Amino acid sequence: MIETASPPRTAATPLVVQRRRSIAANLHAAFSIAAYVFLYAPILILVLFSFTTDAFGARLTGFTFNWYAQLLDDKRLVSATLNTLQVGIVSTIVSTALGTTMALAMERFRFRGRTGVDALLYLPVVIPEIVMALSLLAFFAFAFQILEGLFNISLRNGLATVIISHIAFSISFVVIVVRASLQGFDRRLEEAAQDLGANEWQTFWRVTFPIILPGIIGGALLAFTISLDDFVISFFTGPGVNLLPIEVYSQVKRSITPKINAISTLMLLVSMTLVLLSQAVQRKR
Amino acid sequence: MAIQSAPLNEPNRELERSLQRKQRTQLGGLLGPGLFWLIAFFALPLAVIVIYSFMTPGSTGRPELPFTLSNYGRLFTEKLFVNAYIRSLWMGFVTTLLCLLIGYPLALFVIQAPPRWRTVLLFLVLIPFWTNFLVRTYAWMVILQNNGLLNDLINWLGFPRQTLLNTDGAVLTGLIYGQLPFMVLPLYASIERFDFTLMEAASDLGADKRQAFLRIMLPLTMPGVAAGSVLVFIPTVGQFVVSDLLGGAKVDLLGNLLQRLFQRSNPPNWPLGSAMALIFMLVLTVGVIFYFRNTTEQNR
Amino acid sequence: MSDGIAIDLRNVVKQFGEVKAVDHINMQIRDGEFFSMLGPSGCGKTTTLRMIAGFEYPSSGEIHLRGKPIGSTPAYERNVNTVFQSYALFPHMTVAENVAFGLQMKKVPQPAITQRVSEALDMVRLGSFGTRRPRQLSGGQQQRVALARALINHPEVLLLDEPLGALDLKLRKEMQIELKGLQERVGITFIYVTHDQEEALTMSDRIAVMERGKVLQIGSPTEIYERPTCRFVADFIGESNFIEGSVAATEERIGNDYGIAITTADGLTVRGVSPQPIKTGIAATLSLRPEKARLTLAEPPVGTANNFRVTVERVSYIGSDTRILVRLGQEMIVSVWEQNTRSTLDRDAYWQAGESGYLWWPAENALALTE
Repeated sequence: MIETASPPRTAATPLVVQRRRSIAANLHAAFSIAAYVFLYAPILILVLFSFTTDAFGARLTGFTFNWYAQLLDDKRLVSATLNTLQVGIVSTIVSTALGTTMALAMERFRFRGRTGVDALLYLPVVIPEIVMALSLLAFFAFAFQILEGLFNISLRNGLATVIISHIAFSISFVVIVVRASLQGFDRRLEEAAQDLGANEWQTFWRVTFPIILPGIIGGALLAFTISLDDFVISFFTGPGVNLLPIEVYSQVKRSITPKINAISTLMLLVSMTLVLLSQAVQRKR
Repeated sequence: MAIQSAPLNEPNRELERSLQRKQRTQLGGLLGPGLFWLIAFFALPLAVIVIYSFMTPGSTGRPELPFTLSNYGRLFTEKLFVNAYIRSLWMGFVTTLLCLLIGYPLALFVIQAPPRWRTVLLFLVLIPFWTNFLVRTYAWMVILQNNGLLNDLINWLGFPRQTLLNTDGAVLTGLIYGQLPFMVLPLYASIERFDFTLMEAASDLGADKRQAFLRIMLPLTMPGVAAGSVLVFIPTVGQFVVSDLLGGAKVDLLGNLLQRLFQRSNPPNWPLGSAMALIFMLVLTVGVIFYFRNTTEQNR
Repeated sequence: MSDGIAIDLRNVVKQFGEVKAVDHINMQIRDGEFFSMLGPSGCGKTTTLRMIAGFEYPSSGEIHLRGKPIGSTPAYERNVNTVFQSYALFPHMTVAENVAFGLQMKKVPQPAITQRVSEALDMVRLGSFGTRRPRQLSGGQQQRVALARALINHPEVLLLDEPLGALDLKLRKEMQIELKGLQERVGITFIYVTHDQEEALTMSDRIAVMERGKVLQIGSPTEIYERPTCRFVADFIGESNFIEGSVAATEERIGNDYGIAITTADGLTVRGVSPQPIKTGIAATLSLRPEKARLTLAEPPVGTANNFRVTVERVSYIGSDTRILVRLGQEMIVSVWEQNTRSTLDRDAYWQAGESGYLWWPAENALALTE
């Protein structure tokens, strides 16, 4: 698997001008390219077939924008999209705020129980989504029971429960991104600001915040993307709620039509744009 | 604003205390809201299903007293559940292994590319990951269906059309497709830190390519292998979307069973489902800790 | 009330856990002086500076600024400004915005700010750089911006934390002269932290030599160099030979000092001076700087206090001077530095290993160390 023909790479190794390629090296390259094809072919096929005239979406028979036009007529789809956006925006704002403050706390303070909080932050990232989804389902049922019993308030799952759940798992991701940004931050800048007469509040808003802002925005975009794409958790915490991934799921289970390809293509476009934006913002200094 | 100084030779306690108070309020304000949210809507729900797992299912499937261990009993004895575990774990292992076999060379390829290309190549691996999992799984439905592309190809080559969808193979393909980026990223990070001059040293001492890889490179990149494996294994064992869409009703994995127990069955059975979810988590946690202890200790 | 004392540190201690980074230091820094804190890494000089700036609070003891206690005042309320080692320029602001920051915090009206910023930048010769960003500037230019940003606020004291550390040698020398000139023009008290003794000797009015949290000696560059009080100071500043023995006799006064004679382990009698009388029999160390002894082929003048026949062990030609190691008595190796005052390639003009000569010096060139 190792190509000794190609120069080994270390931090200090400059590029060697000559590269003798052995058979193994060529195989390696071919294999890797095949892997990339494997990764992108389904997506490309999906996008391509959103324009086909074949009603089963199985073959490329002609070219049409028909399916995209049908999307706008599908009332459920449109309302699902609006709901998904609403959930995304609200959960992003809240989780970014909570995540940023938590990241600041973790990076700036030493305190007992710090490892515990670290573990708690790490869990939502590694826990199987379905376990988290089911636990939230059970929890809401339990909470509603209690509220009904004690205060006679009757609540049901809906947009609110979905939003609450999305915030719960997004916080950890925001914390990770903002912490990375904070770790690269030079504390001396804050000392310099204080030295020049800025108190803690002024120092934060005029020096710290502008500098970590790209990290915060990166985290926000990440939270937004995760929320838009989420299926498992939304599925269980908002069974009656009309959300885009759920709507796509139910349509998919019924049949394969290019209309689904069309909505899928749009969803892919949005996700990719958001990710590229997130990276661009974080790299801009 | 200045606090009265203490006598020259005594520590300034009042200043220390006031500083500590200020720090504590700041910390509380920053940590509090997020922590509250995580505890209320993450930790507490987990505690709820722990409790539910010990209760009895009522007529609507909701948990009721009395407390019982019968749920756990059923999980270990009834064939349906045991089979589901075994099949899910099996799927997890195979997926992880295949992701490793595909992902390692791929990560290596990216590292050995010219520096200008490296970020682009890595990014290309990650972009699909950021798109909707559902949509990507659906893409495979399109390809694997009876009159889909793959069957067209098979037909064109002269073979009869196969039933590709609703098979174990389809599920596996979908799983690998979904989780590959999770394997590549930690591997990349680990291989990037690897000092390739060690391979030169090994070669200088007489090792051929295979030996050098097995005895030098692989052990030193074990942390990446371990991290990637965990990141692939856990979601794979617990997923239900792929097995639902690409496996139909034929492939019954853990996730599908859980879904049924909580939603689709008539009636549902929450206590049983809770117990199942818990066992699942426990097995995973134990397995992961065990795996980490073994692989990282080898590195010492 | 302040008696011309800008900063007064009384019994200041800073403890981090078990470690005393600053261990009961007492220092008085005078108005308008260029005061340096000099010492190896970990000696506490930076911690002390940070306590004066307000980034750390003393564990115990007091700090006074012109008579007012400031030990527990936050940094942003002290009329003291810092130039950081890494400059700490705000990357998201332009040069002009950086320099204006302190004035904005004091709520100076905008027109006045613009005027003063322009003057400050002119003072450091960066007048046209106002709209640039820090990352577009060289190290030396960034350093000058940091200086302008601090001085524009007319602080009572300016603190500088190894500000020249990141610059290359030539630029360092230039900046040293500039900084010294600037301080003399502006008249503000400068407190300067460095581990580079040459820098400290060149620029300072007075130096505090520190080691492991304690102040060993405070004095002018001449005092520190010519009259070190302890071995560490004599060794840390420049180079020195240390001749150990026990006091054999106290001889006549030389100037303000007491002439003493010590007997070394192998029986040699070495003469030096001591600021205080030392009783006979007490162990003493004489510090002799290499440039203060002479090595000649011819005998020294009659009556020279110290006159020894020595053999040359090793010679190092440095260009401007020659450094010679000679063997004195049985055990001692003494370092002698000679300036190469003659321009010649003639080998006989230079000492060779194995040659013999006379090593001699007057008593006042060897100082007894008191601590």
